[in-house]
Amino acid sequence: MALDQSFVGRSYPPTDPYEVGREKIREFAEAVRDANPAYVDPEAAKALGHSDVIAPPTFVFAITFKAAGQVIEDPQLGLDYSRVVHGDQKFAYTRPVRAGDRLTVTSTIEAIKSLAGNDILDIRGEVHDEAGEHVVTAYTKLVSRAAEGA
Amino acid sequence: MTTTIQYADVEIGTELPAQAFPVTRATLVQYAGASGDFNPIHWNEKFAVEVGLPDVIAHGMFTMAEAIRVVTDWVGDPAAVVEYGVRFTKPVIVPNDDKGATIEVSGKIAAKLDDGRVRVDLVATSAGQKVLGMSRAVVQLA
Repeated sequence: MALDQSFVGRSYPPTDPYEVGREKIREFAEAVRDANPAYVDPEAAKALGHSDVIAPPTFVFAITFKAAGQVIEDPQLGLDYSRVVHGDQKFAYTRPVRAGDRLTVTSTIEAIKSLAGNDILDIRGEVHDEAGEHVVTAYTKLVSRAAEGA
Repeated sequence: MTTTIQYADVEIGTELPAQAFPVTRATLVQYAGASGDFNPIHWNEKFAVEVGLPDVIAHGMFTMAEAIRVVTDWVGDPAAVVEYGVRFTKPVIVPNDDKGATIEVSGKIAAKLDDGRVRVDLVATSAGQKVLGMSRAVVQLA
């Protein structure tokens, strides 16, 4: 069933702050086998002009996707998550995420489209730090595949 | 942002050093834990087959994380990446053996933008199939 177009533009309340830890960044960098010292060594990060270790570019997805759960699980929207695949992902950074950040995410439904029975949902997640400054925006396109025989 | 790569030194078509990234079932389990994405299609082949996949597949976000390393390893400071986007076109299929799969990534300068920025277009393949589409990064150079 096609999703309700009237949800386009709807924003959800900002999430509680996520505190970015050095060891969580290290764990992520190790998991993607990325040995860049800026992710694990505060001195190396400082040599590049950062106040603490920074996170790899895609690290923030874990935070924005959890926030997008407000949209995905919104019973009024009625998305069938069991049929959802990740279509596109994009990030636009004002600055890198770094250890010590306390980040909140505000999710907004940017677009809802229906294409060949598939529902396509675009979610924008604006990430701000504790001072209210913009850090990064995540654009997530989810595709809910048409049910078989539909 | 601190990089030694000079805007003036790159041209449209300049190639970044290509890389190959191995991925096994163990890699996916580790990535699941680090990212919090425990979807069983990334570690349980019985489940993956039941939902119509040929086998366990890598997290799309894992592939996205590997592909940008061609840029961050080249530029040095990961903060030079000011924009990064991909389309997930085909899954990376990861068999349950000691070899797993390989993600091959190449990149080249596609456009020189204003303010010392360039657009890098990335190509990521696995088993001869293109796994990312529209894979682009905007990178701040010195």
